[in-house]
Parts: sequence; C-alpha cells; structure tokens
Amino acid sequence: MKSQREQAEMIKEISGASPKKCMKCGKCSATCPAFDEMDIKPHQFVSYVVDENVDALLESKTLWKCLSCFACVERCPRDVKPGKLIDAARQMVVRQRGADYLAADEIPNLLDPELPQQLLVSAFRRYKR
Amino acid sequence: MQRIGVFVCHCGSNIAATVDVKKVVEMAKLEPGVVHAEDYQYMCSEAGQAKIDAAIKEKGLTGLVVCSCSPRMHETTFRKAAERAGLNPYMVEVANIREHCSWIHKDMEEATKKAVILMRAAVAKVNLDAPLQPGESLVTKRALVIGGGIAGIQTALDIADAGYEVDIVEKEPSIGGRMSQLDKTFPTLDCSACILTPKMVEAAAHDKITIYTYSEVEKVSGFVGDFTVDIRKKARSVDMDKCTGCGVCQEKCPSKKTPSEFNRGLNTRSAIYTPFAQAIPNVPVIDREHCIKFKTGKCGVCSKVCQAGAIDYDQKDEIITQKYGAIVVATGFDVIKLDKYDEYAYNQSPDVITSLELERIMNAAGPTKGHLERMSDHKPPKKMVFVQCVGSRCADARGKSYCSKICCMYTAKHAMLIRDKYPDVDVTVFYIDVRTPGKNFDEFYRRAVEEYGVHYIKGQVGKVAPQPNGQLLVQASDLLDNKQILMEADMVVLAAAIEPNPDVRRIATMLTASIDTNNFLTEAHPKLRPVESPTAGVFLSGVCQGPKDIPETVSQAGAAAVKAIGLLAKDKLMTNPCTAKSDELLCNGCSMCANVCPYGAITYIEKEVNDHGIREVRRIAQVNNALCQGCGACTVTCPSGAMDLQGFSNRQIIAEVDAICR
Amino acid sequence: MSIETNETFRPKIVAFCCNWCSYAGADLAGSSRLVYPADVKIIRVPCSCRVNPMFILRAFEKGADGVILCGCHPGDCHYSTGNYYARRRMTLLFSMLDFIGVENGRTRVEWVSAAEGVKFSQTMNEFVEKIYSLGKNVRLEDLRCRKN
Repeated sequence: MKSQREQAEMIKEISGASPKKCMKCGKCSATCPAFDEMDIKPHQFVSYVVDENVDALLESKTLWKCLSCFACVERCPRDVKPGKLIDAARQMVVRQRGADYLAADEIPNLLDPELPQQLLVSAFRRYKR
Repeated sequence: MQRIGVFVCHCGSNIAATVDVKKVVEMAKLEPGVVHAEDYQYMCSEAGQAKIDAAIKEKGLTGLVVCSCSPRMHETTFRKAAERAGLNPYMVEVANIREHCSWIHKDMEEATKKAVILMRAAVAKVNLDAPLQPGESLVTKRALVIGGGIAGIQTALDIADAGYEVDIVEKEPSIGGRMSQLDKTFPTLDCSACILTPKMVEAAAHDKITIYTYSEVEKVSGFVGDFTVDIRKKARSVDMDKCTGCGVCQEKCPSKKTPSEFNRGLNTRSAIYTPFAQAIPNVPVIDREHCIKFKTGKCGVCSKVCQAGAIDYDQKDEIITQKYGAIVVATGFDVIKLDKYDEYAYNQSPDVITSLELERIMNAAGPTKGHLERMSDHKPPKKMVFVQCVGSRCADARGKSYCSKICCMYTAKHAMLIRDKYPDVDVTVFYIDVRTPGKNFDEFYRRAVEEYGVHYIKGQVGKVAPQPNGQLLVQASDLLDNKQILMEADMVVLAAAIEPNPDVRRIATMLTASIDTNNFLTEAHPKLRPVESPTAGVFLSGVCQGPKDIPETVSQAGAAAVKAIGLLAKDKLMTNPCTAKSDELLCNGCSMCANVCPYGAITYIEKEVNDHGIREVRRIAQVNNALCQGCGACTVTCPSGAMDLQGFSNRQIIAEVDAICR
Repeated sequence: MSIETNETFRPKIVAFCCNWCSYAGADLAGSSRLVYPADVKIIRVPCSCRVNPMFILRAFEKGADGVILCGCHPGDCHYSTGNYYARRRMTLLFSMLDFIGVENGRTRVEWVSAAEGVKFSQTMNEFVEKIYSLGKNVRLEDLRCRKN
C-alpha cells in the first residue's frame, strides 16, 4: 500500500495539475453543477490533495458524482484544474480495484458521432459497479 | 604595470556564508599587477571605504577591484571613494560575487571557485584600464509629462511650482484622466471632481505649464538633460483661441450616436464634443470618424451655429518639436476587457457592469444623472451582487497575475454608498480576500459591514445567467459555510482588473525605458529608486509603474517631480566617458561606423596623419563625445579595428574572456 | 540529470550580458535566489551589439564549451537598435561556427529584460544542461592554451 504522500504525488502526476497554486477563491465550487451531491466539494478536494489527506478522497462520493464537465478547470483563475485532480483520484481508485466496468470491446457499439469523447473516457472510469 | 588593490567584501554573511573570502584574497595576491588584497565586513560602509582610501595612498594603487555586490548597486560608491583618494574613478572595477555568485550557489567550494574567476576577470580588466575624463552636457530646463491624469497633473504642478517650464501631453481632448470619471473617493468619500477640478484649473492657469490635449508623443531622441521630442497635436477642427466653450455646437450636432468614451459607452455623445462638463480646456473636438461633414461632406451645422467662428474643418495635425531635460511618464491605466469572461455574462447583459461603469452611473453628471438604475430597463435595482478579483490574481492567460490593489476598497465604497443612499437595496459582495492595507482602510471596510449591513461572502461567483424575466441568476460559492449559493440579482458589478494603458508600450519603446511582462514600467530599483526608470532622465508617476490608489499616486507624482527637479536644477551633467574612440592610424575612412551609429555621433574629417613617418591627408572617423552613448555598435562594425570603446575595449573584454576560460 | 552525475566534466560557459536589461535580469535572478549552475560566468558589456564575434571565437579558442549572449528584447534596446545588430551578427557567426563543427547548441542568443530574473535563471539552466549533453568542445580550441 502506498503512503498518503505517495498517493498525493501520484494524483498530481496523473492530473498534471498543481494544487499548490490554489488561492482558495472557491470559483470551482461556485461553478460546479454537481456541487450539492458531493461530500468533498471541489475546492476542498484541492486542499485535501495539498494536505495529502488522500484516503478520505478515495472514499469520497465526489469521485463518482463529478461530471467531468471541466467547468472548474476552464474557469479556475489559478490554473489549478480541480476537475483533473478528481479525475486522477478516480483513476487511482479504478486502477487499485481492478478492471473497468466497460470492457474495451463494448465501446464500438456505444459510439455515436454526436457523443463527446470525454464522456466515454469518464464513463470508462466512473461506472465501475 | 598597474598597481592593483583587491578588496573582497563579506557583505555580512551574504557573501561570506557561501564564498570563502579569505581564499579569494589569497588567490588575488597571485594575480599579475595585484599589490594589495584584503577582505572586510562591509566594503560599502564608511570604514570599508576608509580602507580603500588608505590602501590607495599607502600602496600607491593605480587600479582597484572590489569583489562585492552588483556594480549596478555600488560601482558609483567605490568610484567616488577612489576619486576622493586621488585615483581616477574609471580605474575601479567591480566583480559581482553576490548577485552572480554567493546568492545563487549553495556549494561553498564551487562558489569560491567562481568568485576567484570573477575576481581574475576584473583584475584582467583593470590591468588594461585607462583613466577617463567625463565630458559635460547642458541641461534643458524644461520637463515633459506624458499623461494628464492626476499623476501627470500633480507632477507638472510640483515641477512648475519649483520654477521650471513643464509641458503636459494628453491624448484625450481634456486632462483629468481616470480620476475625473470617478464619483467618490475612498476612504473619506469626498467627491472626486471636487478635489480634482481645482487641480486641473490650477494646472491650466499656471504660467509655467503648457497643456497639449488631444496630442500624442510621436518621437523621442536625445538623452538625459537633452531630449528632443516631437508632439503630434491632432487636428481638433476647432480653433482653441476663438472658441468660447458655449456648447451650442454640441447641442445642435445632428450626429449623436457615438458611444461616450467618458461614460464608458453607457450613453452617447455628439460628434463634436467635450468629454465632460468641467473639461480643460473647455474646447470641443470634432471626432472626424463620426462627423457627418467629414463622412459625407454635407452638414456643417456646427460651423453655422458657432458665433465665434471657431470651427475649422481644414485644420491639420501639427507637429511641435521641443527640447526637454527630463521626461515623466504618467500614462495611467485602463480596466481590462472582459471578452474572455463569458461566465459573468458581461457582453450578454447590460445589467452586468464594471465598477468603473458603476462610478459613472453613481455620478450626478453621468448617464443616469446619478440615479442608481439598471441599464436595461432603467428600474432601480433591489438586489446587487459585487464580484471581486475579476481578472486579477489570475495565473491563466485570461487575466493578470497581479493584485489590482484598489478593487477591495472601491467595492467597499460602492457598497457603502449604495446602502447609504438606497437602504432598501440588498448588497452582497463575493470576495477571495479583503485586502485593506492603508490608513483607515480596514476601518472603512468594517463600517461597510457593520454600519451599512453589506453582506460579505467569502467565495466566488462561478456563473451569471440572464433570465427571461430580466433577472440575473448568480451561482456562487460560500466557502465558510461550504455551500453553493443560487441567488437572483438585479445588477452584477464586476471589479475588473486594471492594466497599464495600452499605449505605454509604444511610449516605453520610444524612451527606451524598460517595461515588464505586464506592461508596467520598470523602476531603477524596486525599493530605493521607485520613481526613476533605469533610463536616465525618465521618471515614473502613477499607475504606469504599478497599481496604486489616488493618495499613493499623488505621493509618487510628487516624488517623481522632485527627482525631475533635481535633474533640472543642474546646469550641466557629467557625460559617460565610456565613449567610442577611433584610432586615426588604423581608420580607413570607410563610413561603416557612421552608418550603424544610432546617434549620428560619428563624422568624417580630412586630417593629416603621420603613419610611421609617412605624412598624408586621410579621411578619418571622429567621434563626438557629447553625442556618443557608448553602445559599441561601431566597434564591431569597423573592418580595420580602428574603432574601440573606452572602458570596454576589445583588449579588455578579451582579457576577461581569457581570465574566465583560463 | 546529467549535471549531478557527470563529475569529471565541468564546462566553461561565458555569458555576455548587456548592462541595461540582461545584466540587471541576472542581478534580479541573484536577489531572487534563483539557482543556476556556477559554470556560467557573466561578462558585462554596455550593449549586446558591443559583442564582437572575435570575443566569441576567442572564448572557444581558449577552451570555452558554450557562449551565450543576452540582450534587451527587440524594440527595448537602451540604444534603440543595438540588439538588432547583435542578432544579425550572431545569426551569421553561429551558422559559420556550425559549419566548422561548433554545434549550434553551444551558442545562443536570448533576450532577457531587467524584470525577467526567472527567465534568466531558466535560460542558464537550460543552456548549461545542453552543454553538458554536448560535452567538451574540442573544435576551435587552441591546444597550446590547455594546461594539462
């Protein structure tokens, strides 16, 4: 099992985001359409990564409620990319627990030219059980 | 052979902590020409300078190397110390072992090695130094102030009061700048116009001040004490001497659809206009782009109604060339464009406004005569939301990385004024931090909260969505309550970041004044020389140097004025003796150097030379030391190697290269 | 990183900095404590246009492994046009150096303003790393100058 510190580093590495740049303005949480459903709010999520409080993050509902709409990434004035941090944490959980819900073979049937690709990627990571 | 003294400074522990100064001293003693070497705690201190003095006198030193901080910091100090001891000041070289060595290296051995090498390079250079005598240049006793806002006006007044001629160049039709657009000023809430207008009048009436409005600086040449500036006086199409300022032309002008720049586009103005009622000079200009006469040739109403016969459609731009000793830049600021901030719906809804627009709405002379109303339906708002830090403190490309400094206070001011005048209006401010460093600032902000009941919420607005019913739906976060807020508002006011006036880049280039990545002009030293540009003779006043409020701007304007006066008070300036010099025996008269010289300092003369016994008349280059600024462009161009730069000669630089690569 | 691992090779790097922008930028890098390798030694010149191609050839002759020239940004030259001259001269010189075998990576021109301490430090770090990857310069060096 990796230490919390290593896990926090991994979240940063996967996401390519730098949570230390956060100035705690709260614009991510102001923007988030799934805010009410989250237990750890987007702005808190960033602080949790900075504080290396990763276990709580990996248990949180937020991972599965985030829509990956990336409005927070788009509007964050500090270029912190909260959505990508959540994405990265989600990916870690998925990787730790094994296979994805969707098998790669199933995807071609689901493809629809109107469908944003991001949605597929998110779905891949999110609907594990 | 030179007799060189090497002095190594500890700079407290700044140098000594990473550089073994004793070792540098020891190594210095082995260098050719070095007859004396010692180290001391602080070379720049009086005791340190006394050591230099003593060594020069006792050991008969002919050259000096000081291993210390950057020459940009203390070169002058040590040169003066040398001069006092009877040594030519240009026999002093500084090896920069602080900024370029001890502060950036951690390993002692490595830093010491580098310091020794830097010392050697400096010793090598001094070995080839020759005494230089500075020339003199006259100071033109006249100052130019670029920008006629509060910064420019205050600087001009202070310089003029000291008895020097000052010209103000302002690009708009009137002086006054941003401050004239404001309604009230924090934290005392005095009316902006009431305190600014008297200053504008004073400047206009001052016999030492000439104001060029509707004018721009076109070209700058020359150097400190002797700048030559071309000012383009744009055609006003109105005779300044004949116009009485009655205003009839503006009333009768049939073209009234141009958005008013002064009112930030909230209402319109006529094609012939003065920006505002208290404009100075109170002479309108014709905006030729929108004037029917200039567009179609058929109109001429203003000319018909003008009893003074002041309208002159044939007026042409005029170029005024003037000499100045000092130039003060006071170009000020503008608020950033909000095109990239779609989430705030600034472009979608007229009820989302910037704070500067709110100033105009609140102002009795503004588009709504001072009544607080929505710009969409002119109804009074019941609920207002203020958003702070729009575009300030941004790490992304949409905004500015810096804090705009004034927004926290003016937002508190707006909130307070609205609650005071319209107690039934609910005011909510979304903030990241409330920054109130200033005299009576925090008290002011607390009054807004405690006495006036303004709701301050720590959080940001994520989205503003105009609703079909005309309301604005505001989605925001409350970080302390860990809530997301959805609320309806009638008006949203954005505290948009401020940025330097876009023209400043062009002006800085003309002045060769340096500018940072945010387009703020750089000061000569961030702490110790905050109102001077690194370019001699150019001074900075107001927001062109960094975000400031009015009191700070006024005090900086005064400081810039004092610096300018200090320069103008001198009759003569010592010129840099590090100028180019041509060896007449080597010069072949090819004119290459004259072609590259940006100052026209090189001329050619016919002169009889004695080349190893052969006497003949040759065409040779001659450098005018008063014009030469010592850039060295000619030295590299010269195909015969005749041209060299004193103080930075070919041999000296090669000696430095050799010392470093040894 | 090669900088820590390669202990035997320490390059000699000469940086020419113009007095008005880049030297001040280097000072700012220093006062901001932005670390760059000690292999870089700075020579102050009044303007980038003061740098004679001869100086650069001399540096390589004397065993320098890299030479970098820093000046004001185009348009911001204290002497109006000096950096343009420098740019043209260096373009020509560097292509000739490349032709005779001194790799392009060993020479560089960079514009650093007085406010760009960060850029100065970054540039020097990058440049030094590049020189480490290129190794010792053997072209042009006058072997009589070598000590051992």
